[in-house]
Amino acid sequence: MEFGPYLMLAMLEGAVLAAVLALMASGLSLTFGVMRVVNVAHGEFYMLGAVMAWFVAHLVGGGAAIAFIAAAVIAPLAVGAMAAAADMTILKRIDYDPERTIVATIGLLYVIQQVTLMTYGADARPVEPPFNSRIALPWFEWGEEGLALYYPWGLSTTSYKLFVIAAAAVLILAVRLFMTRTKAGLIMRATQLDSEMATAFGIPVERVYAAVFGIGAGLAALAGVLIVPVQQAHYLMGGDALLLSFIVVIIGGLGSMAGTIVAAILIGMSDGIISVFFSPTLAKILATLLVALVLVFRPQGLFGSRPR
Amino acid sequence: MSTILSTRGLSRSFAGLRAVHEVDFDLPQGEIRALIGPNGAGKTTFVSMLIGRLPPSSGQISFDGRDVTRLSAPERVRLGMAYTFQITSVFSRLSAHENVALAARRRLGTDAAAVEAEVAGALERTGLSGRGGEVAEDLSYGHQRLLEIAMGLAQRPRLMILDEPTQGLAESEIESFKALIRDLARETTILLIEHNMAVVMALAQRITVLNFGEVLAEGTPEEIHANPEVQAAYLGTGGADV
Amino acid sequence: MSRSLILHLGLIAVLFALNFVLPPYAHGNIARVMTLAVYAIGYNIAFGYTGLLSLGHAMFFAAGMYGAGLLLRFTDMGALPAYAAGLAAGGALALAVGLLALRTAGVSFMIVTLMFSQAVYLAILYFGEWTRGDEGFVIASADRMIAGVDLAAPQARYLVAWGLFSVALMFLLWLVRRPSGRVFVAIRENEDRARLLGYDTFRLKLLSLVISGVISAASGAAYAILFGYAGASFAGVQYSIFPMLWVLLGGAGTVIGPFLGTLFMFYLIDLSSGLTDAYMLIAGVALIGLTLFAPQGIAGEIRRRFWKDLP
Repeated sequence: MEFGPYLMLAMLEGAVLAAVLALMASGLSLTFGVMRVVNVAHGEFYMLGAVMAWFVAHLVGGGAAIAFIAAAVIAPLAVGAMAAAADMTILKRIDYDPERTIVATIGLLYVIQQVTLMTYGADARPVEPPFNSRIALPWFEWGEEGLALYYPWGLSTTSYKLFVIAAAAVLILAVRLFMTRTKAGLIMRATQLDSEMATAFGIPVERVYAAVFGIGAGLAALAGVLIVPVQQAHYLMGGDALLLSFIVVIIGGLGSMAGTIVAAILIGMSDGIISVFFSPTLAKILATLLVALVLVFRPQGLFGSRPR
Repeated sequence: MSTILSTRGLSRSFAGLRAVHEVDFDLPQGEIRALIGPNGAGKTTFVSMLIGRLPPSSGQISFDGRDVTRLSAPERVRLGMAYTFQITSVFSRLSAHENVALAARRRLGTDAAAVEAEVAGALERTGLSGRGGEVAEDLSYGHQRLLEIAMGLAQRPRLMILDEPTQGLAESEIESFKALIRDLARETTILLIEHNMAVVMALAQRITVLNFGEVLAEGTPEEIHANPEVQAAYLGTGGADV
Repeated sequence: MSRSLILHLGLIAVLFALNFVLPPYAHGNIARVMTLAVYAIGYNIAFGYTGLLSLGHAMFFAAGMYGAGLLLRFTDMGALPAYAAGLAAGGALALAVGLLALRTAGVSFMIVTLMFSQAVYLAILYFGEWTRGDEGFVIASADRMIAGVDLAAPQARYLVAWGLFSVALMFLLWLVRRPSGRVFVAIRENEDRARLLGYDTFRLKLLSLVISGVISAASGAAYAILFGYAGASFAGVQYSIFPMLWVLLGGAGTVIGPFLGTLFMFYLIDLSSGLTDAYMLIAGVALIGLTLFAPQGIAGEIRRRFWKDLP
């Protein structure tokens, strides 16, 4: 393949990653924004989404489409409920102390990961996409007879990948509308601004926190369900995903939803493109160093505005 | 008498709001000076700039003839300033003895005997002698305030800034506090930020009044007491009774 | 002699005596526990005493391990100079990381150290030509000699690990009674107050992190030389979590805690890995349990209940 089509392919792959990453990172960002805690187990909720999708797909009959829809409903709800329970039994009891929350969620990370290893096993398993037609993409060439379109071999995507991008966009938009237009969202934002004041106004802050932690985890699980037909489910898949979400959320500005999405697109796309030219390991080294330096020198994120 | 602390044109604004504006302030060595003013007059901002917890927007601070405007808080403390917190800030899980020892050790280093003597002296003067072994958070509120002062003493400062030292103290405790400050004043300069006018009138040799971030008046307690502008400022905000 | 000196010298004496009585498998395990406990002691200086909760100490352990290991693999400089180079690598890395990371605090500090450590881990993979990445490399036993003593032999290995552990333990005991050790605690308890007593807390935190980094590297370099292997997994996130777990379990901010925590967790994981592949489950449950029910750890509980002055 020539350079041009190759780049386009890389961008398409990058866009899929960006979409899933944006969905997952918006969950992490929501949790941090409202509760001011960093959930290190977030990657495991993503992994659980993917693994549950596999289980559901194997338990539910009636074809790939029905199984996928069932997974997309069941997995986020189950994972969200599990996360809310963890919030009430663990995080609430340590009073959401930022440092202890990190230690406790590291513990949660290992518990979820290892229990998955004991039950689901160490194999990577695929889930069949609900639809998966190959879509060949055209490329143009400036030939002797002017501009000519042709279909280079290998330049294609699938309908499912395009669906992932669209679904992530719709879901993120839905979360945004939920936060800005509904009463529940308003309550969450009020809690984010000042939890003591919220308590004084009779907002059940503890329940809000449990809900937010659950929704955040549910978004990660949903991202896991979306990715599993492309990537396969594996009990260690949460680690890299967590790292990428951290990178996105920090570069986008901790707790800023809009910044998170911009950063997800930037990181997702550039990961796809950089990997074409450099080794993916080098790309990851640069990304982790960038995150560290952003936190040191520009803690509000690359896209956030400096607080007063 | 030489001037130990002075500011020129010292200002600080927060997002366009002027908290302290063009303050010229001189404190002669050996004096007990009180800094008063209604709530929101800029006392806390002003003092925070003196000790180096807050950088000024403009203006200069000099201590002992040396420009300290750009020095960090620890550097200023090492030059001989000490500061006691408005809200008690001791090492709450360490013993009272260790709290004071930490203050003394910075100056005396590894000389354990000298540190021990200094701690004993500071606890003695603040009336905490029997309580060195107690964990700071187990002390009563009044004793924690005294511990703050003992930590200040152990630094042997040339200027001691006391931020609202009598806040929350009982009447009986205030009497012994006054005696302690008078005793202290023989060896160091004292800048007292205080709400309690009885304490101010009893202790201060001179008083500086801040209002809306500017110096409204300065003079002896009698002059300040008689100053109609000061009375108006306090009445206007319903502040403390002069 | 004070009670605490008796306790710590007693531990050292018991560990020395165990050299002659332990059966081979336990003998090897305790040598490993003592080597790793040095890592925990290093971590404890930063976290337990100074309050610097790092999620990236594996980079210092790995700096020691690879600093010594790569030199042994590619040069003929001998074990002792290579060991010194490993320590220097750990100290230099801690200084560089500290200068940047210590501009942040709390959660940001945790994430910055995590990211730097991850970058070191990825760099080890990236330079796989030299480091052989995940697979790691074996250090030839010919290179594991100090003054004609073969450190691969169980007796010598045990005694070297014991010597290193004893030095680290007594160093910590000495440090925490020194004025600088006391100020570390003051910074942990209330940094703002320490600053206003005139302490340059940034410099002191940097000092604490460098000491911590050098001791962590001392453990990593010793591990490479004593057990003859260096691999990327020792630089991974898991090896940053381990010392935190050991210290939390044994008792943060205590001298004996790191050893107790390393010993207990080592045996818990050793026993459970015989039963299941998912042995890290123990670590997860322990982390949650400690956070919820026993934030003071074993030695912290002893201090709270029986022995108020336990250092």
